[in-house]
Amino acid sequence: MWQLTQTSEFLIDIGSSLANLVASFVIASFLGVLLGLVLGTMRFLSWLLEPAIHFFRAIPPVALVPIFVSLLGFGNETRILAITVAALFPVLISTIDGVRANDETLDMVSKVYRLTWSERLFQVTLPAAAPRILSGMQVSLIAAFVVMIASEMLGSSTGLGAKTLLAQQTFAIADMWAGIILLGIFGYLATFLFDLFRRRILRWYIAAQQQERQL
Amino acid sequence: MTHIHTSTTAPVIDRPVRLEVSALKKSYTTKKGDVPVIEDLTFDLRQGEIACIVGPSGIGKTTLLKCLAGLQPITSGQAMIDGNVIDGPPEELALVFQEYTRSLMPWLSVEHNVKLPLKHLHLPAEERRQRVTSSLEAVGMGDAAQKYPWQLSGGMQQRVAIARAVAYRPEVLIMDEPFASVDAQTRFELEDLCLRIREQFDMTILVVTHDIDESVYLSNRVIVLGQRPAKVTEIITVDFEQPRDQLTTRALPQFAELRSKVFELIRKAG
Ligand SMILES: Nc1ncnc2c1ncn2[C@@H]1O[C@H](COP(=O)(O)OP(=O)(O)OP(=O)(O)O)[C@@H](O)[C@H]1O
Ligand SMILES: [Mg+2]
Repeated sequence: MWQLTQTSEFLIDIGSSLANLVASFVIASFLGVLLGLVLGTMRFLSWLLEPAIHFFRAIPPVALVPIFVSLLGFGNETRILAITVAALFPVLISTIDGVRANDETLDMVSKVYRLTWSERLFQVTLPAAAPRILSGMQVSLIAAFVVMIASEMLGSSTGLGAKTLLAQQTFAIADMWAGIILLGIFGYLATFLFDLFRRRILRWYIAAQQQERQL
Repeated sequence: MTHIHTSTTAPVIDRPVRLEVSALKKSYTTKKGDVPVIEDLTFDLRQGEIACIVGPSGIGKTTLLKCLAGLQPITSGQAMIDGNVIDGPPEELALVFQEYTRSLMPWLSVEHNVKLPLKHLHLPAEERRQRVTSSLEAVGMGDAAQKYPWQLSGGMQQRVAIARAVAYRPEVLIMDEPFASVDAQTRFELEDLCLRIREQFDMTILVVTHDIDESVYLSNRVIVLGQRPAKVTEIITVDFEQPRDQLTTRALPQFAELRSKVFELIRKAG
């Protein structure tokens, strides 16, 4: 294990995994929220697309990896694409739900005070949907993590997942365990950091809920 | 600050019409077909006038206010504000909603809730800040600027919603049972606040209330709604001396007379 962690190649592996995870998660969150806002507000469009969305969501994300590999080969873009697609659906669906659940009274308040388009989006719609969006992102992050590992285990030679699988195949048991433990730490840290972020954004929501419980 | 001082004794009859409702009819379209709620309403409000709408629960008071605020389409007839037909939320109007626990943004502090509608009015920063502070102080919530709505009682939330409307400085202010959830003392203070902002900003104010005494105390005219679908049963002119005072005005013999008259009409209407 010491050996493994010593090599600079190993740092490259961690870096590669991390970069893929972060990039894909950010792209997926951004696209998911954007698409979710559009579909959540435009009834007709979502009526058209919703069956397709629910079909794709039902496919286990890991099963997508071989499809992308066969279509696009083994490059890093394939991995990013697979992780992004896996992470997209939870945010997308929770954003649609969040936008639809908008409170009617606040909607009327926005109209009466003639809030501008961007004020309504950033000061009303998005904050109101934020609790759901962030729960969706939490699920997305886990999906992204799983697919990140799976994508590295299929025909890749860089990344923590690839190294762990290689170690297992070459009976480098210590390295294999080191890889698994590192993956665990990696996953734990990712969810921990995300939770900090979530708590920061949803301070008002968490505090309001605590208040409600006390009453 | 502009100081508009309307002479307190000037009869509102001489002033221009701000809000004009003529033969307004409203039906809701539901799955079971059209449900008529308002049959025929005609009244107008002159600048600087306060009118109260009273009538039994479910008669269509909130529906009327939503039509005036451009939130509900009018089935036939029309409502005009400053001579313009209302077909969407008019910029001269603010509405304080009956659902006081749901009309503030829980993710914004009290101060930012009041400030939000002012952003697109392009006021100088100083004036914006001043409006926020003074209207919060006027409703007795000056100390709560940094608090969040969920840290406040229902009555306090309603006061913030009133402050938000006052800071917006609409020409026409409409309030749907605004003082229903506050204690008696605060209620008197808010009634006087209402009289004061009319005086200070020459606003035209329309208030829905269930409190007959309140309607007589506040109003130049009390509009009594009755029957289903709703019609104007009667419009009662209240011509006490201004300014009014919680103790002396309420002790006037005409006050007692008017409140029995309103009471009688509502009872017949229900
Ligand atoms: N969106 C709607 N669709 C169909 N019917 C409605 C709708 N909103 C209100 N109504 C009906 O219209 C009638 C009048 O309702 P409204 O809320 O205007 O009464 P109100 O006089 O404000 O009552 P309250 O004094 O209890 O607030 C009621 O019978 C109500 O059920
Ligand atoms: Mg009502």
